[in-house]
Amino acid sequence: MIATLAGKTARVASRLRGGGSALPGLVAEKVDPSFLAHALAHVPGGIVVVTGTNGKTTTTKMLVAVLAAHGLDVFSNPTGSNFTRGVISAMLPKLPASGRLSADIAVLELDEAHALRFADAVEPTHALLLNVARDQLDRFAEIDHTAALLASLASRTSTAVVLNRDDSFVSRIAGDPGVPAVTYFGLDESMSDRLEELQEADVRFEDDTAPPERGAGDGLLRALDERRLQIDFGDGLSVGPLELRQRGLAAMINATAATTTARRLLGDRFDPESAAQALRAVAPPFGRGEVIDVDGTPLELVLVKNPAGFTVALSTYGTTPVATMIAINDNYADGRDVSWLYDVSFASLRERGVALTSGVRAYDMALRLAYDDVETAAVEPELTAALDRFITEHPREPKRIFCTYTAMMALRRTLAERYGLAEFGEEAESA
Amino acid sequence: MSESILDGQHDAGESQASKGRITLVHLYPREMSIYGDLGNTRALATRLRRHRYDVEVIGHNPGEKLTPGAHLVVGGGGQDSGQARVEADLDVNGPLLKALAQDGTPMLMICGMYQLFGNDFTTVDGRRLPGLGILDVTTRGNEKRMIGPVVLGTEHGEVVGYENHSGSTTLGPGQEPFGTVRHGQGNNGTDGTEGAVRDHVYGSYLHGPLLPANPSLADALIKAAVDRALTRGFEPEELDDTLADEARTRQIARLLSGRNKPR
Repeated sequence: MIATLAGKTARVASRLRGGGSALPGLVAEKVDPSFLAHALAHVPGGIVVVTGTNGKTTTTKMLVAVLAAHGLDVFSNPTGSNFTRGVISAMLPKLPASGRLSADIAVLELDEAHALRFADAVEPTHALLLNVARDQLDRFAEIDHTAALLASLASRTSTAVVLNRDDSFVSRIAGDPGVPAVTYFGLDESMSDRLEELQEADVRFEDDTAPPERGAGDGLLRALDERRLQIDFGDGLSVGPLELRQRGLAAMINATAATTTARRLLGDRFDPESAAQALRAVAPPFGRGEVIDVDGTPLELVLVKNPAGFTVALSTYGTTPVATMIAINDNYADGRDVSWLYDVSFASLRERGVALTSGVRAYDMALRLAYDDVETAAVEPELTAALDRFITEHPREPKRIFCTYTAMMALRRTLAERYGLAEFGEEAESA
Repeated sequence: MSESILDGQHDAGESQASKGRITLVHLYPREMSIYGDLGNTRALATRLRRHRYDVEVIGHNPGEKLTPGAHLVVGGGGQDSGQARVEADLDVNGPLLKALAQDGTPMLMICGMYQLFGNDFTTVDGRRLPGLGILDVTTRGNEKRMIGPVVLGTEHGEVVGYENHSGSTTLGPGQEPFGTVRHGQGNNGTDGTEGAVRDHVYGSYLHGPLLPANPSLADALIKAAVDRALTRGFEPEELDDTLADEARTRQIARLLSGRNKPR
C-alpha cells in the first residue's frame, strides 16, 4: 500500500517538525482517494459518524469511552482534527501493511461538510447528529445550509441515526425520505426551562413543532446539580447518578447523546454500570474545559467558536470568580469573521472585568467588551507574551482563558512545554 | 413592540442632564440580523448615551406597524429564508420607510437589507423580487459567494469590515457608492465600488459589525439623526476611541501590507 507508506512517512516527518495532526492524512488522501474505503472495509461493528455544530469532540470521546468499557476495540480520531484527512492521520499509525484497519468499530468525529465528503467514500452505518448553530458562516454560508448537510448525511446512513429531539433543525430530519431507524436524545421535561442555554432562539422560526414521541431507547437528561446527572431511557433503564469531570449543561447533554448512541450500538450488551463508570473517568478534551496546574493554581482552557458555544461557556463557568483572559484569532480554523462576538452577551464578566485580551483580534475583543461596559485591564495581541503576563500578574488566583481554536492550540503548546502536558495528537490516559 | 434587543446595556455613571431623546429602530432583529449586525444598533445606542442623549431602541418585527417617529433606522443581513419572511412587511411599511428616507432620516442597511433597499433582486434561478427603490441599485444572485475581510476608502476615512454575500450589486447611473474597495470584493468584485449612499441612507455589505470599529461613520449617522430631530443640533462629547482606532488601523495595515494575513 503506497498510500499507507506515504502517509506514514509524512507522519514521521510532521512529528519531527512538531506540527499539525492532519498533514499525514492529507498526503495519504492525495496518493489514494479510495484509501478510506479500503481501510474501513473490514470493521465489523459499524462506522459511526458524530457531527453537528457544538460538542463533537467531547461527545466522541465519551462515546469511545463507553464502548471501550464494554470491551470493544474502538478506532477513533480523538484530536479534534475533524476533516477526513484528520481521520486518515489518526488511522495511519494503526494500519498494518495491508492497509486494512483491525478494530471492532470506528467512531469518527467529522465536521458537517467533511461528514458528507466522508460519506462519499464510505457509507456510515450510524450517525449521531448533535445540533445546528451559527458557526463559521464564512465556510457554511447559512445555518439552513448546515441543517441540509446533516439531513443529507442522515439519508446516506445505512442502519440508524441518533437525533437531538430538542433541536428542531435536527429532529425534523426523522421525516425525510431515506432516513433509517431513529433514536432520540434530549432533555427531560423537568429541564425544559434550560433549553435556551443550549441553543439560540434568534435564528429559529416555527419552532412550535411538538417534540417527537418518546421511544424505549431514547435517553433523556436529568441534571441533579452542576456536575451530577442521570440519564433515563424510555423503557425505564437509567444510567447514573454520576458526576462528570467536565462541568456544565453542555457536557451533560453530550454525555446523554453518547450514552444513547452507545446503547443503540450495543443493544442487549449495554450495561448501565459500565457506562456510568466510563463517563465518570472521561477527562475534558484539549481546551474544552481542560484544567492545567500552573504553579499550584488551576488554569482552565475553554474553546469558544460561535455564539451558542461562548454563551454556554460563560454561563457554565461564570459562576466561579477567576481571573479571565480572552484570546481571539481569525484564521480559517477559527472562523475568519469575528462579527459573532456581538451576538454574545459579556455582561457576566462586568463585575470582575477581563485581565487581558490577546490574539490577532485582541483589540476587536477589547472593543466588544467595552460595549458591554466590561473593563479590559490590558491588550496584548502576542499570545505567549499575554500568557506570561497573565500568569505573572495573577500568581495565586485561579485563571481561565477563553480562546478560539488556533489561539488555543498555540497557548496549549506553550503550556505543554512548560508544564509537561500530553503531546499533541495523543490523549493523556486518564486514570 | 419595544424589546430588549440590547441585553446587558446599562448606563455607567450618567448623571448630567440629557440633551434630548432619539428613537432608534432596528428592522427585523430576528429575521435579518444573524451576522452580529445588532452590534451596529448597540454601537449607535451606546454612543448616543455617551454623547449624553437619551435613546429609545425599538425592534420592529414583521406584521407590526412601523413607528413614524424614527430618528435612526438600522437593518442587517439574514438568510434567504429570513429575507422571504420580511417581504410582506416591507410591502406594508415600505412607503413610510421611503418617506422617512426622503425626509433625511439616517439609515444603515447591511447586506440583505441593503439589497431590499435597492430597486430589485434577481435570484440565481431567475425570480425577480422587487425592492423599495430607496437606493438606485440592482442585485443579481451569483453562484459564487464573495467572502472575506474588506478595507474601503470612504468620505469617513478608511473603513474595515467583513463581507459574505452571493448577490452581485450594480449601481444605477448617478448613484454614489459608499466606498472604494482597497481590499476585498465590494458590490460585485469588478468595478471597485462598495455599497451605496443617498441622502443619509447608507447601504453596505460589510458586517464586522460595521460601526463599532468605524466610529466616525457611527457619529456621522448620529449627527444626521440629532440635527434632524432636535433644534439645537448635534453637540458631541469627546469619546475615547482608542480601542476602535487600534482595531481598525491594525486590520488595515495587515490587509493592505499583505503581511500577517489570516491563514
